[in-house]
Amino acid sequence: MDRPIRVLVAKPGLDGHDRGAKVIARALRDAGMEVIYTGLRLTPDQIVQAAVQEDVDVVALSILSGAHGHLLPKVVDKLKEEGIYDEVLVLGGGVIPEDDIPELKKAGVAEIFTPGTPTGVTIDFIKNNLKRSL
Amino acid sequence: MAGKEKMEQLKNAQQEWTQKTDEAVKKRPERKETFVTGSNQEVQRLYTPVDLENMEYEEALGFPGEYPYTRGVQPTMYRGRFWTMRQYAGFATAEESNKRYKYLLDQGQTGLSVAFDLPTQIGYDSDHALSEGEVGKVGVAIDSLKDMEILFDGIPLDQVSTSMTINAPASVLLAMYIAVAEKQGVASDQLRGTIQNDILKEYIARGTYIFPVEPSMRLITNIFEYCSDEVPNWNTISISGYHIREAGSSAVQEVAFTLADGIAYVEAAIEAGLEVDKFAPRLSFFFNSHNDLLEEVAKFRAARRIWAKIMKEKFGAKNPKSMQLKFHTQTGGSTLTAQQPDNNIVRVAIQTLAAVLGGTQSLHTNSKDEAMALPTEDSVRIALRTQQIVAHESGVAETVDPLAGSYYVESLTNDIEEKAMEYIDRIVGMGGAPNAIEKGYIQKEIMDSAYEYQKQIESNDRIVVGVNKFQTEEQPPQGLLRVDPSVGELQKEKIAELKKERDNDQVVQKLAELKKAAETDQNLMPFILDAVKAYATLGEICGSLREVFGEYQQSVVL
Repeated sequence: MDRPIRVLVAKPGLDGHDRGAKVIARALRDAGMEVIYTGLRLTPDQIVQAAVQEDVDVVALSILSGAHGHLLPKVVDKLKEEGIYDEVLVLGGGVIPEDDIPELKKAGVAEIFTPGTPTGVTIDFIKNNLKRSL
Repeated sequence: MAGKEKMEQLKNAQQEWTQKTDEAVKKRPERKETFVTGSNQEVQRLYTPVDLENMEYEEALGFPGEYPYTRGVQPTMYRGRFWTMRQYAGFATAEESNKRYKYLLDQGQTGLSVAFDLPTQIGYDSDHALSEGEVGKVGVAIDSLKDMEILFDGIPLDQVSTSMTINAPASVLLAMYIAVAEKQGVASDQLRGTIQNDILKEYIARGTYIFPVEPSMRLITNIFEYCSDEVPNWNTISISGYHIREAGSSAVQEVAFTLADGIAYVEAAIEAGLEVDKFAPRLSFFFNSHNDLLEEVAKFRAARRIWAKIMKEKFGAKNPKSMQLKFHTQTGGSTLTAQQPDNNIVRVAIQTLAAVLGGTQSLHTNSKDEAMALPTEDSVRIALRTQQIVAHESGVAETVDPLAGSYYVESLTNDIEEKAMEYIDRIVGMGGAPNAIEKGYIQKEIMDSAYEYQKQIESNDRIVVGVNKFQTEEQPPQGLLRVDPSVGELQKEKIAELKKERDNDQVVQKLAELKKAAETDQNLMPFILDAVKAYATLGEICGSLREVFGEYQQSVVL
């Protein structure tokens, strides 16, 4: 490994529950990754712009408002428009019912982490599923 | 001197016992080297009168309904009447939520608590671009007075008390409530209820802010002033530790940061020229209730004592009501697990006990499925029944403050007071809560606790049943509540229709008057009420104020 993994942790939509986003951001940082946390209320457009600017390997989206079905696929679509979806691993986390997960994966989100997931599971998943080499 | 002699005897006896026990522990160790509470305060093996040696009963505890209110704000507490059982509810459209409210009232609930969707909480109409996907999701969508009329249709507003979880646009929703009451023929001085109206914790933890600090504080003091004359039975703010705790704070931090926010509101109101005893009796508080039963009970008792002292000593309040910390409690959402969700019923029962033993004025109990989705009607009923069982069957409501005098509970109460005061003094030293928030200090302290907690779970130092111990293979839960995705479209149509029907010239005029007033230091409530009655939308009203006030820029702290 010649450089650290770069991760954008972002909160799409309007909900202000950022405990999960911040905890995962710190855990990824402690695991040696470079983490950029965007703060609240970002549109899919703003998230993808940040991903481009920061040249990240991973976009980790935290959402607890119930708008995941609408917003997560939008981020994937915008990444595709920018032509970087093939390089960026897209993850989701938050209060997301099991039944919604297959649909989100079909839309291009690689994995969804629901409440109670140990941070180690997310860290391992990222290490094993990066789309571009380091 | 007999007392002092006896205390010396006791200390000697305790020392002997401790030595003996330590010897035994060497051979047969305790479960852990150190024991801590739910929020990491160290717990001793045993508490005795030695721990309370310097405590004077009347000074530290007093009698219920009397200063410093440690034992409760009323003399008879639940022997007079039970706490208000108030389930936070609201989703989709005003029509759907109105049905849920009527159901809850039929089931014996005694007050309403309105959950608004995120666009409403942030002052956007349902047809705003940022509202897409969010309309009706975490609460009911309210775009104009029209929706509010539907929300309370058939619910006589002089008969219920209504709590509204609304902050940045609190003045607008309160104005809508007053307008609906007027249409029902209910005068505003008959209205009982609460608006959350606590912007500081939005900056700290909850995130539904709109305007910068200064105009936000002005809107809040405008409400204090308006209500003290026009809506005298309304709780004008619910200063909230709930979300601070959900964001991961400890119990001590919850008390400290909430009361530091409270100090900031009182200072702002006094600065705006209000008399402390005129507005302070209508201040109310909102706390969380987590699983560590005795720590939580101590937390509520400590909060009451600290606030009474602050109001009396720092602000010179004379009216006893200004010194009484009255609070709503909600059980801890973040303690619920998506794993084995039925276990959550038990957690909620423990948290209910804590709130009641701590002397809460009203309570929302969470439903077992809330780690996954909004609750179904069935799970809300179990949550409400949990309160009813504690009220009618457990016996804890039959006497006032039953845990007082427990060596452990009183020691914890003293500890929490002491540690919370250290934080409060530090924050006051930084120039008060708004400055401490601006610097990111409060957010960082909370985040440190949250991360520490997560690490304890991952190292199994802290056990959460079903999550890191006693796991089982599970099927995904069935029958979760789903909000109809067409709600967004429906609300958009309603807005379009409204804009055709209403007198648009009048709307334009009322909004212009509001903007003009916002640029002066007039009280904005009458202007907002006029705009609401002209059927200006929430988004239009907040948009007009955004033009004058600008928007808050979050300081991102990791």
